[in-house]
Amino acid sequence: MMGLMERIGWTRGILAIFLVGLWFVTIVATDLDFSILFSDCLVRTGMNGILVLALVPAVRGGVGLNFGIPLGMICGLLGTIVFMDAGIRGPSGLFGSMVLGGAIGALAGWAYSRLLEAVKGQEMMVGIYVGFGAVAGASILWLVYPAQNQELVWPLGGEGLRNTLVLEGYFKQLLDRFWSFPIGSGFFPTGLLAFWLLLCLLVGLFLRTRVGLALSTAGANPRFAESSGINVRAMRSLGVILSTVLGAIGIVVFSQSYGFVQLYKAPLLMAFPTVAALLIGGATVRVAKISHVIVGTFLFQSVLTTSLPLVNDLIQQAEGGEAYANIPEIARLIISNGIILYALTRKERA
Amino acid sequence: MTNPALKLTDIRKSYFGNAVLKGVSLEVAPGEIHALVGENGAGKSTLMNILFGMPVIEETGGFEGTITVGGEAIHPKTPSDAMEHGVGMVHQEFMLLPGFSVAENIKLNREPVRKNIVSLLTGPVGPVSRALSSLDLARMNSESRISLDRIGMSLSEKTKLAGLPVGHMQFVEIAREVDKKTAKLMVFDEPTAVLTETEAAELVATMKALAADGIAILFISHRLDEVLEVADRITILRDGELVECLDQADASIVKIAALMIGRDLPPRELPARTERQDSRPLLSVQNLFVDMPGEEVQGASFDVYPGEILGIAGLAGQGKLGIANGVIGLYPTRGEIRLDDKPLSLGQTLSILQEGLGYVSEDRRQVGLLLDESIEFNIVATAMQVRGKFLKGSGPFALYDQKAARAHANRLIEEFDIRCQGPSQAVRRLSGGNQQKVCLARAFTLEPKLLFVSEPTRGVDVGAKDRVLNLLVDLNRERNTTIVLISSELAELRQISDRIAVVSGGQVAGILPPDAPDVDFGLLFSGEAVRS
Repeated sequence: MMGLMERIGWTRGILAIFLVGLWFVTIVATDLDFSILFSDCLVRTGMNGILVLALVPAVRGGVGLNFGIPLGMICGLLGTIVFMDAGIRGPSGLFGSMVLGGAIGALAGWAYSRLLEAVKGQEMMVGIYVGFGAVAGASILWLVYPAQNQELVWPLGGEGLRNTLVLEGYFKQLLDRFWSFPIGSGFFPTGLLAFWLLLCLLVGLFLRTRVGLALSTAGANPRFAESSGINVRAMRSLGVILSTVLGAIGIVVFSQSYGFVQLYKAPLLMAFPTVAALLIGGATVRVAKISHVIVGTFLFQSVLTTSLPLVNDLIQQAEGGEAYANIPEIARLIISNGIILYALTRKERA
Repeated sequence: MTNPALKLTDIRKSYFGNAVLKGVSLEVAPGEIHALVGENGAGKSTLMNILFGMPVIEETGGFEGTITVGGEAIHPKTPSDAMEHGVGMVHQEFMLLPGFSVAENIKLNREPVRKNIVSLLTGPVGPVSRALSSLDLARMNSESRISLDRIGMSLSEKTKLAGLPVGHMQFVEIAREVDKKTAKLMVFDEPTAVLTETEAAELVATMKALAADGIAILFISHRLDEVLEVADRITILRDGELVECLDQADASIVKIAALMIGRDLPPRELPARTERQDSRPLLSVQNLFVDMPGEEVQGASFDVYPGEILGIAGLAGQGKLGIANGVIGLYPTRGEIRLDDKPLSLGQTLSILQEGLGYVSEDRRQVGLLLDESIEFNIVATAMQVRGKFLKGSGPFALYDQKAARAHANRLIEEFDIRCQGPSQAVRRLSGGNQQKVCLARAFTLEPKLLFVSEPTRGVDVGAKDRVLNLLVDLNRERNTTIVLISSELAELRQISDRIAVVSGGQVAGILPPDAPDVDFGLLFSGEAVRS
């Protein structure tokens, strides 16, 4: 038993057991439809997966966990808005948004990497503030964005973009529903998961190319890398740029699944659950693998997705059918922040 | 000299069965300046660690022998223990608070205090009362002034420490030790290494003044001319043994240097060479300047001929390490380097490696290895980046060929006799000697025409040292790899080199055959040849 836990990793093992326990309670003690819940777990995993994947190149390049990932998200949002404003719908809108967002992300990532070069050693702390700053800056951009499409502008003759843009009719759940099939009352989001796993595969393959290995080498030991003729600065930049580009693509996928584009303060705190998911998967500040992304995202998002309706239902039962609207929200905060705290403070046994 | 200030009797210490001090005894009289010299690894720092009760000594099983300070036997277990018994130390790295004034630093934790209302309420004496008392700033300043004057320092005691030149900080440290008044013995551990020439001269004057006041001084330095100038007696350590204790009158730089390095290893039977050396140099270095902190190279010139093993010797800090680091492009470099008569682009490590140079760093753990990566990846990493080996396919999408890497690693693990669990084991778990073999395997995988190997036997146990040297000879004889071997251990260089270049003051002082007499090496080590 202990040996098995050591092999799986304590963090992952404990959360996996916790998740199975939650599912068990759900099936046994509530009237909730488990198939819908399970389907939700898969959807949430696919929604967030690329954002978690986006952290990997930065860790590999030696800049640690990229808390500045909201910067990439904003680039993705900008790409989406440009395509929505032009009224481009369907797959061309979806992939167009990703390509444009990714391109903007590459530029922003390059600038961000220059900044990180100047604050070597404190990348993670500075990254947090870069994320915050980018969200604030973007809020101004959203306010002054000269949108022509009235669906994007505040109604009743306002100016600036709305808080939440509806993707219905653009590319809402385009990936989720691609080749999907029902499981019980829910569905299996084939396209969403396939797209995520495809990107995981591509990043994984990239990390095994000469450049990818140079990136990892630069991250693992910059002085070794230098003495092997690797341009450490360029590799760190590359890691940050890739991370930002993937962040941009990630938020487009997130939005299409969610069905809404959330602007203004929405990306502010999104770095934390993303980082937590990666850490739960077994990554550290210095080591991150694709398997950590896949396992971590699924565990983190599934625990969150399952615990909410479960807590809600259990409270309703206890209170004789009366639901307190804010208690599930409180429970959600406690659980998600608890996992984040656990992930950030845990020490892997050597 | 009834009561020596310091008396060490038969000090022995071993780390994990590896004896580093083999019965060292020495005496320092009050008012005497006693210099302690020796090569790296001779046991100087271990001796100082024992004297100061550094925790590392206790953790590794303590030491044997006795220490008496001013006639009183002590067995220090912590540095503060040692200080209480009157042993003061001026460290190489400063232990000072930059935001505090000079006086506050000198008086830190020994501040004179005045009672105030709060401290009176907590009772007349005791640590709590003292902690709550007000600092007597006037007395702090005036007493610090006295101590500063005593060492001839005109610096104001009220200056903030931050921003002071390094030399001044050194003097503040000394003033603090002097101010303790209890100090019977002060140890200066390479105090002049970070100082400019004038500062060093001032320091020497200060040491003489202190000695005249009756404080015994133990002085560790690599600058032999300075040692000769200031010390009354000079003790030379070599391989954990006391070789000789000279009076200043009998000593000369040449004599000291010869004693420091003159260790004999049994001559090694080297396999014969198949081909004779070419007369055209493979690598020609002209007027090389390297800005490597602590190992500056200032205009070194030398040639390396194809097929030879060129040894580079020199005392620490003289620039022998800087040469390899500079040639390979890790530190800012000026000068001219030609490989096969083609100029190398200085500082461009990638192109230098591609041209056919290889490098094994002296800093195995920080530079030479990816500690958490597997043995196989460590071995192939550089060759993959530099030569594009171990890749499947071509172009930017070529993938890492782990199978080829593993096969290659398995071959080298066998050939180099790397003791491990397998090619996927992390190198962190290997012993020093085996880690060094991984470094050599990595350099060998690069198939260099010329290989720089820096301190390959540092931190490697005795048996493994021999294997590492054998490996180098094999590389040289069987693969015809030209080798430049840089080492602090002259004996080792003499065993396997064809010629030995001695570096002193950042320049090549001279090149000697390996069987040249100790005295000749001593001369070059001390820099005599370049000066005259």
